[in-house]
Amino acid sequence: MDKHSLVIIGGGPAGMAAAVEAKKSGIDDIVIYERDTQLGGILNQCIHNGFGLHTFKEELTGPEYAGRFIGQTEALGIHYETGSMVLSISSDKKVTVVSREKGLRVVEADAVILAMGCRERPRGALNIPGMRPQGIYTAGTAQKMVNCEGWVPGKEVVILGSGDIGLIMARRMTLEGAHVKLVAELMPYSGGLKRNIVQCLDDYNIPLKLSHTVVDIKGKRRLEGVTITEVGKNGAPIPGTEEYYSCDTLLLSCGLIPENELSSNAGITINNTTNGPVVDDRLETNIDGIFACGNVLHVHDLVDFVSEESGRAGRNAAEYIKNGGRKENSAKCINVTPGNGVRYTVPSVIDTANLTENIHLRFRVRDVYKGCSIEVKTGSETLLCRKKKIMVPSEMEDVILKKELLSASGDITVSITEGGA
Amino acid sequence: MTRNMICIGCPMGCDLTVETENGAAVSVSGNSCPIGKKYAETEVSAPTRMVTSTAKAENGTPVPVKTKVPVPKDKIFEVAAAIKAAKVTLPVSIGDIIVEDAAGTGVCIVATKDIKA
Repeated sequence: MDKHSLVIIGGGPAGMAAAVEAKKSGIDDIVIYERDTQLGGILNQCIHNGFGLHTFKEELTGPEYAGRFIGQTEALGIHYETGSMVLSISSDKKVTVVSREKGLRVVEADAVILAMGCRERPRGALNIPGMRPQGIYTAGTAQKMVNCEGWVPGKEVVILGSGDIGLIMARRMTLEGAHVKLVAELMPYSGGLKRNIVQCLDDYNIPLKLSHTVVDIKGKRRLEGVTITEVGKNGAPIPGTEEYYSCDTLLLSCGLIPENELSSNAGITINNTTNGPVVDDRLETNIDGIFACGNVLHVHDLVDFVSEESGRAGRNAAEYIKNGGRKENSAKCINVTPGNGVRYTVPSVIDTANLTENIHLRFRVRDVYKGCSIEVKTGSETLLCRKKKIMVPSEMEDVILKKELLSASGDITVSITEGGA
Repeated sequence: MTRNMICIGCPMGCDLTVETENGAAVSVSGNSCPIGKKYAETEVSAPTRMVTSTAKAENGTPVPVKTKVPVPKDKIFEVAAAIKAAKVTLPVSIGDIIVEDAAGTGVCIVATKDIKA
């Protein structure tokens, strides 16, 4: 059986950043398995700009951002295998991988980093009534068609969901000569970044209808049109508000789901809110030596944050390998609980006995909050309170907890409070 | 005159308030950094945008490209047409010039991905 110190599953931004940091931390025997024909993951189809302001202090397009990490991966001599799909991981870190060149193999690893990214929520998961004609795609599928395959899926477009990929595709389809008639969003707020509303919709006079959804799809072979209605507070369509839009293409931008079939089958505990593994402050899952980072852990808004997080996973995996898989006595674990207004936190467990770095806690809020504060408490003691002008579910929040604060702390809760500091 | 806008300089999306006189910004507030001030000043006088798209290589492969610097907003469609009209010879490297002067803007179009022949 082949053996490697570190096996990284996925060669997108998370996998590459983890590999680079693990290598810099002294681990030489690394392999990245990537199922596509090239490294870069989703960035290869994200040809728009807006990446890298944090990481490289300049604004890059997706392929350029990927190019920087591919350059580092190659310069450091990190081994990667493209066209290689991981089929399973066992709880004792044996990874089954298949490729055209090498066939089916089982590879043993001292540590594994999960960096498989996420998938789009498809039509089947949205319960949209109506016919099942051609012309209905997830926004990312359409993005791949336009930007990587070189053909445009339609001319008259309606987009359901205002996630960033949907907004970016509204602009992209417009530049390719299509007419984007409408973006409909079920929620009363946009699912994407504000800048994308401005530069992808407003710039092109594309209307965004909040609290609207598709209630009927018409077309036998090819999509002919969709019916949009307003929805009430309970999310139910309001009778009498139906409007018909003729279109040949419906793009769905209705959320992303971490791709964790491999993780679940390995026995890794999944958080029901994030759909990603439950991890501690080292980004280690409940299985010793298996780490997770990037969109497989929780869906990020910015690749820069993926790179930062994944670098930490790489360093922690390196530390684990160098310690021969032995963990320090980790008897002092505290739980991080999402309180009022907070959907989830990553990490959800902190091992306060062995803190080497300050804790970078990321989370999402449940609703739109204006003039509120983020409060981190242990029992009745407030560890941190930070006032925020505005917080929205579509934008990830973070706080950094000084390790000195936590060393004597019990379980902590992160909540949103009115007013505050 | 007062104009409110959202900064597109970075993903934070700050809410900016711009006071203008004769189409020029006299004061900017709400920004968190110098990018926001510059964005607001440009946006009220002569708005610009980066344009990203794909050009076609001779064999049909899409080649992702961008304008080297932002172009006037009202030139976006002309720049997109100039990108469509370009024929790219592979291989290309990141930064290679694909179009010298896109639609008379004086701005060049550069490749954003390394693609082998």
